[in-house]
Amino acid sequence: MSLLQAVVTRTRDGLARQPDSAADGTAGVHAGRDVAVDLRNVAKVFPAGTGTLTALDNISLQIRRGEFVCIIGASGCGKSTLLNLVAGLDQPTSGEVARVGAPSFMFQEAALFPWLSVEQNVELPLRFAKVPAATRRERARELLDLVRLTPFAARQPHELSGGMRQRAALARALARDAEVLLMDEPFGALDAMTRDILHDELERIWQATDKTILFVTHNVREAARLGDRIVLLTSRPGRVAEEFEVGLPRPRRIEDADVARLAALVTTRLRQEVARHGR
Amino acid sequence: MGADVVLGRTAGADEVAGLDALELQRLDRPPLARQVWSATWPKVLAVAIFVGLWQLVVMAGLWPEYVLPGPAAVFGELWAQLQTPTLWNAIAITLRRGVWGFALAIAIGVGIGVLVSRFAVLRAAIGSLITGLQTMPSIAWFPLAIVLFKLSEEAITFVVILGAAPSIANGVIHGIDHIPPVLTRAGRVLGARGFDMYRHVMLPAAMPSFVGGLKQGWAFAWRSLLAGELIVTLSNKASLGQLLSVDRELADYPAMIAVMVVILVIGILLDSLVFGQVERRIRVKRGLVGA
Repeated sequence: MSLLQAVVTRTRDGLARQPDSAADGTAGVHAGRDVAVDLRNVAKVFPAGTGTLTALDNISLQIRRGEFVCIIGASGCGKSTLLNLVAGLDQPTSGEVARVGAPSFMFQEAALFPWLSVEQNVELPLRFAKVPAATRRERARELLDLVRLTPFAARQPHELSGGMRQRAALARALARDAEVLLMDEPFGALDAMTRDILHDELERIWQATDKTILFVTHNVREAARLGDRIVLLTSRPGRVAEEFEVGLPRPRRIEDADVARLAALVTTRLRQEVARHGR
Repeated sequence: MGADVVLGRTAGADEVAGLDALELQRLDRPPLARQVWSATWPKVLAVAIFVGLWQLVVMAGLWPEYVLPGPAAVFGELWAQLQTPTLWNAIAITLRRGVWGFALAIAIGVGIGVLVSRFAVLRAAIGSLITGLQTMPSIAWFPLAIVLFKLSEEAITFVVILGAAPSIANGVIHGIDHIPPVLTRAGRVLGARGFDMYRHVMLPAAMPSFVGGLKQGWAFAWRSLLAGELIVTLSNKASLGQLLSVDRELADYPAMIAVMVVILVIGILLDSLVFGQVERRIRVKRGLVGA
């Protein structure tokens, strides 16, 4: 585990944190000053046939403001359930969820509204928030600039490529100006080249906007490329198996040797977790 | 390593722009004249073939020519009638009835459609009844309509509504049922609540199916209307349906078929110019068909 020690020593804000330090907070469940998302002993149980299915079991997780956390796990680890709980789309069976403001959410599908232009899509959340028209337009322009889609503002979503659609969806998610951004495998359906470039883009935008990002993925390399911290979940029920602090300097590249080494370490751990279900 | 990182930073904008340029297809459209021509010639050809076949049947002599007149006689008669106010008045009367009945059918159909798609109890109660009503031939409603409303405008309107409203309601229900869940979910996480959700997400998402329902509803309304005009003849209103039955009684078959041509042409024009255009615009905008 010498490599893990090495990566733990450097984090983005210079704090060295032990993997378990999230659970020893004394302040009760309360997102605020330093904590953007706070999950305490969260469990989610779904009815399944005649019995029940425990999707999440006793999850405790604190995410600092401005932190980029990647959640990784095999199938059935309840990653999406976790995001839904944080988003407030679903309620935990037990435990507590606290977060600063209502989060924005991005899915694997861009889910742009096909009847609106790219610009109108970005403006829509501002419309819901009753922002006046002139401010809306200005804000949408800025956001499209941020994701480098200004030349395509007037296009319809179907006229864009998959990567461009995800960038438009990112601009739309940022329009609400929520502090927390939840991302559910947002690059899962993209080709490798596009995905690599979007990693660079997301890192740049995250640093420019100071968002707190909770990023779910099944791609370990992606998690090591992007995260300040990687949270590995077990499957059925989903529990926190291990946390990895990623101390690597930014900007990173997916082909960096350190990223690859960390990914290998996390993958080994993930494989052990998967093998447990084969016994 | 250092060079790698520098490359990533400075080249970022170029990489993104390059990727965008490579992935976009060209969006050139053919010139308008060409579009019109390619949309028109198949229709012209189809009409020419139909008229040709008609002429062949007439020439085969299966029926005497005073029973089944040829295209020349019918179009001559049509041309003559177009010079008189009688035909134009009839078109105006029938169209006014059609538009009025259809407007009421939209109001009723949309109301029922929204309620049924919203409330599971209503769906269980009358969901299949709506489809059942659609299969009911409009002509079968007339005895009841005449009992209820006598021989009156209301009787015709009643049957037009019963013909069109189920299709419109079904269009609404189908449209709302088939909204991709990811769109409503996106609407929710983007902050759409209550009416905003209907106005900006559900309604536009259901629009293609709704327009499909309107189109089908109009076809049913037009059919019901003409059936109604054949049965409910009002002495002071010489509608298209009435012209049709008068011409038959007077054995003026070229005039009768000329009126049939008018009815068909109006149906086709409304379908392709109104509903067809709206449908096409929606599909082009959403990328469901090439521009």
